[in-house]
Formats: sequence, C-alpha cells, structure tokens
Amino acid sequence: MQLLLFGAFNGLIVGFFYALMALGLSLILGLNSVINFAHGGFMTLGGYFAFTLVPLVGFWGALVIAPFAAGLLGLIAERGLIRPLYGRDPLYSLLLTFGLALILEDMTRTIWGPQGLPFAIPNFLNNPLSNVYFFLTGYRLLVVIAALVATGLLFFVLRFTRLGVCIRAGNADLETVASLGVNIYVLRAANFTLGIMLAGLAGILAGGQLGLTPTMGSSLIMPSFVAIIVGGAGSLVGSLLGGLIIGVASGIATIYLPAASEVVIYLIMALVLLLRPRGLFGQEGLFE
Amino acid sequence: MSVGAGVKPRSGRAAAPRREPLIFAVFAALLLLAPFWLPMVGSYTDLGTRVLVYALAAMGLNLLLGFTGGLSFGHAAYFGLGAYGTGLMLRYAGPNMWLAVATGVVLGGIAAAVLGPLVMKKRGIYFAMITIAFGQMFYFIAVRWNNFTGGEDGLTGFSRQPLTFPGGSIVLTSVPFYYFVLFFFAVGAFVLWWVLNSPLGHAMVGARENAQRLEFLGVRVERLTWVSFAISGFVTALAGSMYALLNNFTSPLDLYWELSGYFVIICVLGGMRNFWGPFLGAAIYVLMQDYASSVTKNWLSVIGLMFMLVVLFFPRGLLGVLQRRRRA
Repeated sequence: MQLLLFGAFNGLIVGFFYALMALGLSLILGLNSVINFAHGGFMTLGGYFAFTLVPLVGFWGALVIAPFAAGLLGLIAERGLIRPLYGRDPLYSLLLTFGLALILEDMTRTIWGPQGLPFAIPNFLNNPLSNVYFFLTGYRLLVVIAALVATGLLFFVLRFTRLGVCIRAGNADLETVASLGVNIYVLRAANFTLGIMLAGLAGILAGGQLGLTPTMGSSLIMPSFVAIIVGGAGSLVGSLLGGLIIGVASGIATIYLPAASEVVIYLIMALVLLLRPRGLFGQEGLFE
Repeated sequence: MSVGAGVKPRSGRAAAPRREPLIFAVFAALLLLAPFWLPMVGSYTDLGTRVLVYALAAMGLNLLLGFTGGLSFGHAAYFGLGAYGTGLMLRYAGPNMWLAVATGVVLGGIAAAVLGPLVMKKRGIYFAMITIAFGQMFYFIAVRWNNFTGGEDGLTGFSRQPLTFPGGSIVLTSVPFYYFVLFFFAVGAFVLWWVLNSPLGHAMVGARENAQRLEFLGVRVERLTWVSFAISGFVTALAGSMYALLNNFTSPLDLYWELSGYFVIICVLGGMRNFWGPFLGAAIYVLMQDYASSVTKNWLSVIGLMFMLVVLFFPRGLLGVLQRRRRA
C-alpha cells in the first residue's frame, strides 16, 4: 500500500510538471492557434535562468524572477517570429516553433554545458515531513503548492480580470473581439507570455526535482501534448487533470512495471481517443 | 506578352509536357550514374544513398502532407518501425534480405493503417499533435524493450546480406547497395505517382482543397485521409527499412519526434505541392547536415535556423518558387 502511494505521489509531482506545461500549451493553442514546440525549450531556460539567479537573489527570488525572465524571452519570440505567421497555414507556425526548439536546446547546451547541473534547493526543503511517508519531502510539497498557486492565479486572471475576459472571448471568437476594439495582437502577445511563464515555472520546479539537463524540455513536452489530448482541446481544466492523470498513471506503472512507465501514457491517450475522441472535457467541433 | 495574358494558364499547361520528359530524363540519368559522378565532385556513394532514403521517406509523407492536407508530425514512427522490422528480422530470423525488407514495410505500414482511424477525424494542428504523440509511443517501446531491441544503444548485430539469385549472388558493397536502394526508391516513387494520378489521388487533392465540398459530393473524406495515411506509412516504412540496411544499425532516434519534424521541413523546403519537391528538399537537407555537422558543434542550431528561414522567406519551397517564376 505504501509502495502504491509512493508511486502515485511521485507520479503526481511529475504530473504537476506536465500540467503546468499543458496549461501553457493549451492557452497558446487556443488563442494563438500555435502548437508551441519550443515550449520545452522555454521551460528548460526557466530552470537554467533560476540556476544562474540563485547565487544572486537566492532560491525564493529565483523562483519568482525566473518565470518572468522566460516570459520576456517568450514575448520577444512571439513579437519577432510568430506574429508574422498569424493567418497563414498553421503548418508554418508549427515548423517555426520546431526550429526555435532546436535552437533553444542547442543554445542551452552551449551556454551551460551538455552535462546535467544540480539545482541547489534550500536544505530544509530536502527533509521528509513524515517518517512513515518518507517520500513526502518539503520540496515536493512546495512543488504542489507552487503549481496550485500558479494555476489558481491563472484561473483568477482568466475569470476576474479584463485581460482574462478578453482571452476567453478571443478563444470563442477572435474576430468579434477584434471588432469590439480590443487590440488582438497585444492580447495574443500577452497570452503567449502567460503560457511561457507557466513553462518557466515548470522548468524551475522540475529542475529542483529531476536536475537540470538541456534535454529536459524535449522529454517533458510530449507527455504535455498527451495531457492536452486526454483532457480535451479547448479546456484548461482538462489539460490540468490530463497532466495529473497521466503523471499518476506513469508513477504507478514505474513501481509495478518499470518498462511500461512511458508507454502507459500513450496507451491512455489511445484509449481516450477510442472511447471519447474529444478528450475528457474537449469542446465540441474544435479541430474536427 | 500582354496580348497573351488571358491564355496564360493554357499555354503554361501546353508548354509543360514538352519540357517535363526532358527534365525527368536528365534527373533519371543523374540518379543512375550517381556512383560515378559523386566521387568526382568530392562526395561519396553512401551520401547519395542517404539522399534517396530521406527523399523516399519525405515523398511518402508528402502524399499525406502536401497532397491530402494532413499535418502529420509523426512519420518518424513508421520510418523507425520499418528500420527496426528489417533489423530485427535480419538479426533474429535469418539472412534473407527480401523477407527483412518486407517485414519492415509491413510493420511500419500496418502501424500507420491501425493508428489512422484514431486521428483521421481531427483537423489541422490537432492532427499534428496526435500523430506526433503516437509516434513517441514506439520510441519508448524501442528504448524500454532492452533485450529485444537493444534499448537506448540501438539495435546492432545485423548487416546487409548478399542478394542471392538462381545464377549467383551479389555482395552489397556501397555501389551495388546504392542500386538496391534506387530500385526500391523507384518502386516507392512509382506507387506514389500512380496513386496521385488515379481517381483516388485526385480525390485526395480535393480533400486538401475543400473537404466540405467533397463530402457533399459523397466522398468520405475521413476514409480518404485514412487511406492516404496508410499508403504514406508504407512508403515511409520502406525508406526506414533501407536506412537500417544502409547503416547496419538502427537507433531509437530513428523513431524520435525530431526526425518527424525533419521530414516535414524537407517537404516544405523542396516544395510540398510538387511531386519531386521532397526529393530536392532531401538532397539539400542531407548535404547541409553532412557539411554543418563537420564544421560546427552547433549544427542543431543551423538546422533550426534553416527551419525559420524556410518558414519566413520560402514558404512555397524551392520548386514552388521555380514553378511560379516559370508560369509568370
């Protein structure tokens, strides 16, 4: 029983990384109509930015500042590279972010080195909180809390601020939003930045848990796609739950059948597509 | 010229058939003689073989991508399955080349045919996301099924076998192997050409241009996408099978999603609305990769930069640009 809990909890932590990534991807997929292949690259950069910032501003400072740094870079990429492609065949934005992903990974490798880096977290966070549930360390609790706070903030912004209302309205009908006097270019840029900030946060949290490597982004992005597909396109709640579900499933599989720990994610996706092609909370008629 | 402006399309069409056989003949001659002229220009035969392999894979993908309008980003899966099928057969079952190639093709093709129904209802970028995610599944199977597939290190312990005929046998060194691949390339290209010139192929192009209208005419676009997906998977698997024989090795990277992206950019770079576009794209890509990886460690950035430049400045691809200029 304890073993099962251990696996499930490990999976839940990884699931939160998937969920944070999937939320950002889902935001960008919705309003910017772009599958952001570079999301993993931005996530990795978030982690490495934090690594560089820790000696300067300490762990907590880095935790707050690094997502903004990643977001800024995302904003520049959106303005300079992705914006010219709105309204063109979606294939092109896909290829562009794909190329960007390759460059970001390569640059990370060049700047910080191909070897993994240990990401120092405050000592007291490493201690288990309970003797029975030894896997419940302070850091893992922090991951859960930080992810929940970020998700809560995101839903608060979407629900109660003008920006959020515009984003949601834009998802439904961007043309009408534009004709009502909202600058949709600014709106898309803000939306993209928001998504990248979530990726940056995921990068920092994942860095503390799994260590920093230049390829961490490209290995976490595929499960995030699966999270969106399982949750359903167009639903942020779906992306969140999708990420957690496949994380936990993968964590449990790691305990009982380690060889299947990744494949199980894709089997869940196949099952969902068979039984409920739209995903758990997918919108009707979207991309169909 | 302004007088003839009104009949431009017709004259363009009339001019094309006269020039196309000539271009095709030159192209075929270049391919047939490649082992002779490649060393003269400072290259080597295996590089030509690699161009053929990448070209076949991309042309297979392009049936779906360029002609049916399905954004598949997961074709490395069928390529890799073709490679693994061939490699595993040679390693575990015996030294029969034809059987090994057939196994690879069937393995990759069947996988595409089985997965088709799961994705055929989706559109646009969502189609891309699902195809790429499924592709990753095979990558992890190859990585995790250690004792059978060689895991992360890839599958070794097999090599090209001599082709035996009733009258003797041929040892497949570089040059004979080039012709071996050229033969299969021709078969694959012919199948694609034949499909595209059949009513089925015309319907595929129709599905790309206006799926709704085709539905009104009573064509089942979903089923059409599925058929295109399956044929495309078979051809790409054939290319994968050749790739395994070329390297005498298969790596899980042959199944990795980055390779899928390379196939797509090859199609776009050459011109995905053109039958031979992917071939041109493959030639440029292979040469550039060969060169870039020998001069800089950051060749991944070079490839990434190429992605961006193509998208921002050459979205029609090289043959697309050329064709436009000729028509104008």
